Amino acid sequence: MSEHIVSPKIYLVIFLTLMAGTAATVWAAYHNFGAFNIVIALAIATFKATLVVLYFMHARYSPKRTQLVIVCSIFWLAIMLVLTLADYRTRGMHESRLAPPSNSNLVRA
Amino acid sequence: MHRTGELYGHFETLEQQKDSAALGMWIFLVTEVLFFGGLFLTYTINRHAFSVAFGAASNTLDLKLGGGNTVVLILSSLTMAMAVWSAQVGKKQWVSIFLIATLGLGTIFLGVKVIEYKQKFDHHLIPGSSFDMRYHSEHPGPNDDPKEIAAEKEELEKAFAVDPDINAHAQLYFSLYFGMTGLHALHMIVGAGLLLWLIKGSFAGRYTPQYNTPVEIVGLYWHFVDIVWIYLFPLLYLIDRHQ
Amino acid sequence: MSTTTLPAPVHKMPREDYLNATYGLRSWLLTTDHKRIALLYLGSVTVFFFIGGLFATMIRIHLLTPNGFLVTPETYNKLFTMHGVAMIFFFLIPSIPAVLGNFLIPLMIGAKDLAFPKLNLLSWYIYLVGGCFVLYSFGTGGLDTGWTFYTPLSSVYSNSAVTPAVIGIFINGFSSILTGLNFIVTIHTMRAPGMTWFRLPLFVWAHYATSLVMVLGTPVIAITLLLVGLERMFHLGFFNPALGGDPILFQHLFWFYSHPAVYIMILPSMGVISEIIPTFARKPIFGYSFIAGSSIAIAVIGFLVWAHHMFVTGESTYAALTFSFLSYLVAIPSAVKVFNWTSTLYQGSISWDTPMIYAFGFIGLFLIGGLTGLFLACLGLDIHIHDTYFVVAHFHYIMVGGAVMGYVGGLHFWWPKITGKLYPEVLARIAAVTLFVGFNLTFFPQFMLGYMGMPRRYHTYPPEFQVLNVLSTAGASILALGYLLPMLYLTWSMRYGRVAGPNPWPATGLEWKTASPPPTENFDVTPEVDWEPYDFRNRPDLGLAASGPLPAPAHGDD
Repeated sequence: MSEHIVSPKIYLVIFLTLMAGTAATVWAAYHNFGAFNIVIALAIATFKATLVVLYFMHARYSPKRTQLVIVCSIFWLAIMLVLTLADYRTRGMHESRLAPPSNSNLVRA
Repeated sequence: MHRTGELYGHFETLEQQKDSAALGMWIFLVTEVLFFGGLFLTYTINRHAFSVAFGAASNTLDLKLGGGNTVVLILSSLTMAMAVWSAQVGKKQWVSIFLIATLGLGTIFLGVKVIEYKQKFDHHLIPGSSFDMRYHSEHPGPNDDPKEIAAEKEELEKAFAVDPDINAHAQLYFSLYFGMTGLHALHMIVGAGLLLWLIKGSFAGRYTPQYNTPVEIVGLYWHFVDIVWIYLFPLLYLIDRHQ
Repeated sequence: MSTTTLPAPVHKMPREDYLNATYGLRSWLLTTDHKRIALLYLGSVTVFFFIGGLFATMIRIHLLTPNGFLVTPETYNKLFTMHGVAMIFFFLIPSIPAVLGNFLIPLMIGAKDLAFPKLNLLSWYIYLVGGCFVLYSFGTGGLDTGWTFYTPLSSVYSNSAVTPAVIGIFINGFSSILTGLNFIVTIHTMRAPGMTWFRLPLFVWAHYATSLVMVLGTPVIAITLLLVGLERMFHLGFFNPALGGDPILFQHLFWFYSHPAVYIMILPSMGVISEIIPTFARKPIFGYSFIAGSSIAIAVIGFLVWAHHMFVTGESTYAALTFSFLSYLVAIPSAVKVFNWTSTLYQGSISWDTPMIYAFGFIGLFLIGGLTGLFLACLGLDIHIHDTYFVVAHFHYIMVGGAVMGYVGGLHFWWPKITGKLYPEVLARIAAVTLFVGFNLTFFPQFMLGYMGMPRRYHTYPPEFQVLNVLSTAGASILALGYLLPMLYLTWSMRYGRVAGPNPWPATGLEWKTASPPPTENFDVTPEVDWEPYDFRNRPDLGLAASGPLPAPAHGDD
């Protein structure tokens, strides 16, 4: 494994970008984007986390195997979050459709 | 298990040893992702169910301390990355300097966390029988700005009007706040211990361009702890600031 | 049998091996040799197997009569809980990986040790500490929540010693994580020259898949039980509806680990079977890459099915439908394995040696366990048989009929490698058949009981169920005999058994090329692999020629 040495200049640029991201997330929190508040907050956080993984943790220059490990961790986290939330988001949908018809419907029938 | 220089006997080459150590740390970090993942899932479900209480509780956090800590922690990630770089290019003295800087910044972070916890304790915001969201606005300290207290009171009353059970639901928020930041802080303390061990090694000039695996894999751990905070900061401090 | 009897070669024990390289308690308790650590695990999981078995015996005795005569209802609750906790967390999960996997993976891939020998030892100590916490809980009030720790019973209402048990399982999780991590890294970085991924024994593939589940699942149970512990100690409300929390969330988090945990138990066992069958059919395994791939597929799909344990909890109907469908998918890779094993037998020269009897037992029992799993994955049917003895019988067919059969079969198969001695073959075959008969007599009646509506976890039942319950208890006593016999003669053989020689069966894996028992460093020189797996015909290095008879397996009492 030939080692890739990341130059301090890149580290500094990444650090400044992370600072800008922190400022942006605070700024965004003081403005109301409705349902997008959480989306924006998470998008900025994910952008920052990606920079840390790619450059500070050298994932960009790592062997494919390491990159696969990272993708796996995200994939399994996604399984847990998505399938659980799928349950919460669809609770009661089926039941409400099967709700007993109101009296007016009965009369018409 | 015999050892030749830095090479343990069950490995054939130093490169194989380094490869194994790095992969081992990455896989450990995967377990950490799933470990914190369970907490984040609990957070998500509860925040969705009690958004008003979570918003009001989040606004009691001190944004200046939290934001400052974010800067401190990201800066410590930079110094950690620089420590790895110094080892890679053979600047032995700078390895020690950057490691000490990282440890110093980490300690500042933990110190600020203690101040924040103390504040929550004073304001009766520890989950339990004496938990009371109204306590702080009803018992302001001598240093509190009366205007801010009035604003806080007004905001709380609005929240109580929407969710009368807010004291119960805000306790869920604070349980998660202490659980998540506490576990994060525990990881920082472990990281600080690892840094101390690295600093000892760096004083002995152990880390060279040929052998710097410990610095690199502790670096991976430290950056991961930073990433957890990158998510915790908006999720805990910035839920409902836009009123 | 197409094999002919050649004069049995006389073997001598190697002068120095891992067992006699150093002496004294200290040399064992501080060892970093994966083979010695495997034996440490063998001892400790056997202790937990006895503890769990003791509780099972008491349960079966209690259920001899409809009203139960042995224990109070409260004690009964504790018995089935402690049986489950001891067996699942402290026997089944570590059994094959930490004992056989630990011993064999470095040998099979041609490495001197696992990648992290000290972590390996640490994981055993963590297991012990976790085990002590759980035993403390058993001894000071017991545990009555069911092994599933459902909230709010576990976090608020139970009066038993839940906190130490939860702490114990939390700690034990790290042992599992370290084992899995060690295996993955070892398989990636420590393979001998020429040992490519598709030359790996299927046992190693199975352990790779198992390790994935350990590494990805265990942290979630750790955080979940940590939250339950905090909830119980500090009266927090994460999972307590009275405080706004959500008990179904606990079940999601719990089963996210605990369903894949079933694959931690069964996958290594499948790996064992994949080694035994070609050896005693004397034929390359059929569909190598499919068996390897199906292990990975089971590990991945196994993570997508957990909420089929929650069909009656009030989860959303759409989620239930999805999870029901995904659960059916696991049947595909499982069936791929069974078909490939049976295809391997076709035109093989099969010998009915003890490990092979266990392998046949495994296939049959796993088939029944797997097919009844499909009944339970079926949304409509599950609502009828949920929480009945049908479920109990189903998972015992998988975990005892599958995982434990594989474990005991594997112990026999590699016993000559581990100890250098052969066990008495006739006695071992009798024990294997006893185990099989006892197992079926214990658990098949439970399928019927469950289908007729006998709920699980009840200390009492209507009188019309008594005949089947008596049958089940009778079976359990035969089963107990089936477990005791191997323990006795295997122990006996360590001292008095015939010397095995490096490759008594003969089998083709790399582990059979070194001495039995192996030296501490496993191989005198790092081996180079230039053969394909399970090739019984082109292995001059093992004395297996392209034509002519294959040597017959060596037996302890020939």
